[in-house]
Formats: sequence, C-alpha cells, structure tokens
Amino acid sequence: MPISEWFKAREDRRYTSLDPSAPKTDVPDGVWEKCPSCKHIVYAGDLEHTDGVCPHCGHHFELTAPERVGTLADEDSFAEMDADLISGDPLSFTAAKPYTVSVATARESSGLSEAIVTGRATLGGHPVVLGVMDFRFIGASMGSVVGEKVARAFEVALAERRAVIMVTASGGARMQEGMLSLMQMAKTAAAAERLASAALPYIVVLANNTYGGVTASFATLGDVVLAEPGAMVGFAGPRLVEQATKLSLPKGFQTAESLVEHGMVDAVVPRAELRETLTALLGYLTLGGAS
Amino acid sequence: MSKRRFVMEFERPLVELEEKLLELRRIDAAALTPELAMEIDTLAAEVDRLHASLYRDLGPWEKVQIARHPDRPKTQDYVDALFEDVIELHGDRAFGDDEAMFAGLGTIAGRKAVVLGHRKGKDIKENIRRNFGQVHPEGFRKARRAMALAGRFGLPVVSFLDTAGAFPGIEAEERGQAWAIAECLATLSDLPVPVVVVGIGEGGSGGALAIGFGDRLIMLENAYYSVISPEMCAVILHKDAAKAAEAAGCLSLTAADLARLDLADEVLPEPVGGAHRDPAQVIEAVGVAVGGALDALATTPADRLVAERYARLRRIGHVVGESGTTGT
Ligand SMILES: [Zn+2]
Repeated sequence: MPISEWFKAREDRRYTSLDPSAPKTDVPDGVWEKCPSCKHIVYAGDLEHTDGVCPHCGHHFELTAPERVGTLADEDSFAEMDADLISGDPLSFTAAKPYTVSVATARESSGLSEAIVTGRATLGGHPVVLGVMDFRFIGASMGSVVGEKVARAFEVALAERRAVIMVTASGGARMQEGMLSLMQMAKTAAAAERLASAALPYIVVLANNTYGGVTASFATLGDVVLAEPGAMVGFAGPRLVEQATKLSLPKGFQTAESLVEHGMVDAVVPRAELRETLTALLGYLTLGGAS
Repeated sequence: MSKRRFVMEFERPLVELEEKLLELRRIDAAALTPELAMEIDTLAAEVDRLHASLYRDLGPWEKVQIARHPDRPKTQDYVDALFEDVIELHGDRAFGDDEAMFAGLGTIAGRKAVVLGHRKGKDIKENIRRNFGQVHPEGFRKARRAMALAGRFGLPVVSFLDTAGAFPGIEAEERGQAWAIAECLATLSDLPVPVVVVGIGEGGSGGALAIGFGDRLIMLENAYYSVISPEMCAVILHKDAAKAAEAAGCLSLTAADLARLDLADEVLPEPVGGAHRDPAQVIEAVGVAVGGALDALATTPADRLVAERYARLRRIGHVVGESGTTGT
C-alpha cells in the first residue's frame, strides 16, 4: 500500500463510525456526517467550528436556519419576526401524503414554524432584516407563509430603513398550496421592488439548492447576488432539463461557479468570508450612499 | 380528405360510438333489416346521451386536455381578430428574438395598448419555430421591454396566457431563465398603467406568471393556471406521470377554482366541448371582457392603480397565526 493511501485509510478509520455493528451506510444523524464531495466521514463537532465546511475538501454543508443566523447576525442582535405564522391547508390537499401531515412532520423535526426564519438584526453593525430559508422544512418550498414572511421582511425594512439580506435555499413553489403558492412569487417580487424603489439595499446569498419559484422571484432580484461555493441554482432542476432536452448536461451546469461565468451572479463567496463580505457591501450600499 | 379530428383522451368512448354509428349508416338501404335499423336508432340515442353527459361537469383533467387542444384559438387569433393597426415588436436588445412570445402595439375597441402573449403554433412546423409556446429568457426580456414601454407612454397592457411553462433547456438556464422571469414580475408589480390578463389556454407555472398578473384576471372556462403541471406533480407524488388526472384534481387549477380562490375576476363560458368548437364566439367574448376591464380601469390614477395592485397581491395566501390575517 503506497504511503498516501495508508494515510487516507488511517484518516477514514479515524472518522468511521465507532459502532462496528452499524450498517456501513448508516451515518448517525448529528454526530457524524459523510461529506458528499470527498466522502470523508466528518465529526459534527468539527463542522461546528468550521460553520459546516468540510475540513478535508472545503465542501459547504447545508446549514439550518438557526445555524445560518448564528454565522451572520451580530451576537445577540437577532430578533425573530412572525414566528407564529403557520400554514393552513387551503386546498385540502390530500394526494399521496396529506399536506397537514407534511407540515406537522416538518415542524416537529425541524423545530421551526415554517421554511423561512426572518428577523431584525445587525450585521457588522448595520441594521438589517435577515431572512434565512431552511431546506429541512418541505424542501424550503414557498407557500403562503413563506411568501407572507418574505413580503413582511421587505415591508419592515422599508418602514425602518434597513437593508434586507436573504439567504435562500428552496425546491421552488409549494405545490400543496397550488396557485396561492405561485402567486407568492409575484407578491415577494413586488415587495422587493418597493424596497428597490426606496433605494434601500437588498443582498441575496444563494445557498444549495435554490430552484423554481424562489429563484424566479425574490432570490434573483438582489442589488447584489452572491452564491456559496458549489451551490446548485436554477429555474428547472437538472433532471428535468435532461429529460426535456434529451441532452447530457455540461460540466458544472447550474453551479454557483458557472453562474458567475454566465454573468448571473456577482461572486461566489466562501462561508468563512461571507459575513465580512456582506458587511463591506452594506458599507457601500446602506442608505443609498447618503451617510 | 378532411383533416383528421383531434380526439382528447376523455372523448374516446364517444368517438368510438360515433364511428360505429357512422359505419352502420353506410350500410346499403337494401341490406338494412328492421333489426339493424333498430340497432342504429338505439346507438344514435346512446351517442346523443353520451354527448350531452360527457361535456357536462368536466373534471379538472378533462379541462386541461381542452386547454391543450391543438385547434383551440391562440394568442395570434385574438391579436388578429381583436386588435387593429398591430405593430409587432421584436427582440430583447441583448440576445435575440423569441418567437414563443408575442409583443406588440395594437388598438382594441379604440384603445391603444401593448399586447403580450405566449405563442403556440397551428401545426408542427410553426410549433417548432415557436418552441411550442415555451419561452426562453430573451422572450421574457422582450416582454419586459414592452411592459416598460407601456409604462412610459401610458398604454395599458393586455396579456394572453398560453404556455405549458418556461422552457427547461440548458441554454435557457445558462442565460438566466429565473432572472428573466423575476425581472418581469418586479416590472409588472409597479407598472403605472392598467394590466389586464386573459387565461386563454395553458397557464403553466412561472412561465405564465411572468406576464400573468395585474389588475384583472379573466379566465376562459376551460383554461387552467397552475403552480406545476399535473404530470410533474404526479411524478413528485407517485413517481408516475400517468396519475396526472388525480394530480390535476388536487391542484385547484381550473378557472372555477381560481374564481373560488379570489384570483380570477371573471370566468368566460365556452361552447359545449371547448373553445375550438366555435372560436369566433369565444374570441368575441374575450374582446368584450377585455374592453370592459380596460374601460373600468381607464380612469384610475396611476398611483392608485399601483397601490391597489400591490394590495391585491398582498391579500393572496392562506396564513394561520396570531399576527397573520387568515386570507383566502
Ligand atoms: Zn469533503
């Protein structure tokens, strides 16, 4: 065995599950994570120190909304808004799995009331309204409540002359609320447009994955649009594009890096530099440069 | 020989009976026995009965099929019949011209307007040119350019929806499909002129919404407007596109559903069987409805128009919770 492989094998041993009876693929939740990029098994405690970035390859794991808020908001500055807004079941959607069950399960497993957390905060001392989506909650899809919380976030920012920062991740519009979900695209875009008209800054951070109705509404209307390394972002998902076109997808299709190449995103910013970058941007853009 | 009639899936039992009847009626009078004559009468009565019941109380999936009927009147038919002095505008000034999107100037019932619409073709050749009405980013950017033009020169916007959805292609994605749609939404949201939208066929998701909201939404009875196609919804729910009928029933996508959800302002009835049975009548009804909506909005000051459009959007949604207002 070449020495490099031996080192690699030792590394693997170090991070492999301690329970030999556990199935090989079963990585216990919350204790060990298998990096989808380099396949190393990473201790969750280590990920906490790196804000969810793989210490071996730099892969950016998805963050929960509370974790994300922790990495961005100034300490103790975050005050959540509209946490009491929850989804009803306007269409009595029962196909396959009843919508009420999906929502209840998502609430219980995530500890969140909906797929986005919004609140007032300061970021590098700048007053902002921060919105963070959480993919664990029904794929962070946008239904009435997500749309309402996003619209209110923009309205609070407008009233209090704050900047808006949105960290997005979403599978798209939430189909279980049908047309009410689709119309949230127009609602959130309209709210973003009002903020833009008031010359207040709006910065987006596209995180893995952001698709469909969220990408095609408020998530791409930022004055500045950033993305996390490796984040997959698009309108139609890659499998759908492949099926519809019967073509094989180009390398790097819909990755944050290729979006910069195609002129759709301003910059790919590693998580470790995100707070600093946002602070610097807010320094340039806050109050239309009036201060 | 006349063009073969397009048969929708749910019409098949009726068409089979009709064909059988036609066959029997071709029998020589000389060969016609009394028994056979009676059978023909019974069959004819059955055809009448089925015809009457089949098109009554159509389900969502049947309506989706009617909305997709190849002979259904299209954006071009409405533009040709309802607008005078039409000048088509081409191109997004950045990449190219998308033939799946119509943008132009026209005069309807004496009112000058900007006209937008998804564009399906009449036949395969035209459909290939028009990408079956599935718009690329340059199409949305052309529409947005026309919207801005309407805003600057005080022209109302009349928009016709008929698309299965924005095109899910590699280049469409690379050129910023999502960005182009979002920009349309933002532009429409505070356009200082009346915006009247007509659902004439398919209202497929974000690609329809990009030119698909405003101050009035008029829906043809069998047009649909949906967050996702029934087929794709079925794949997500059951990993089976064949269960589209069930999915269509769950999505509240019909014109009647939209009226119930307070999203559509007006539903225009269609002839029995669908708009393709009598296009002229349907086009005329749309003309009257659009004219009425433009008249009603013409005197509203621009700032109130924009404020009311925002309020209209803000009301949409069903939210439970103490600080929430329980809406539709
Ligand atoms: Zn890794």
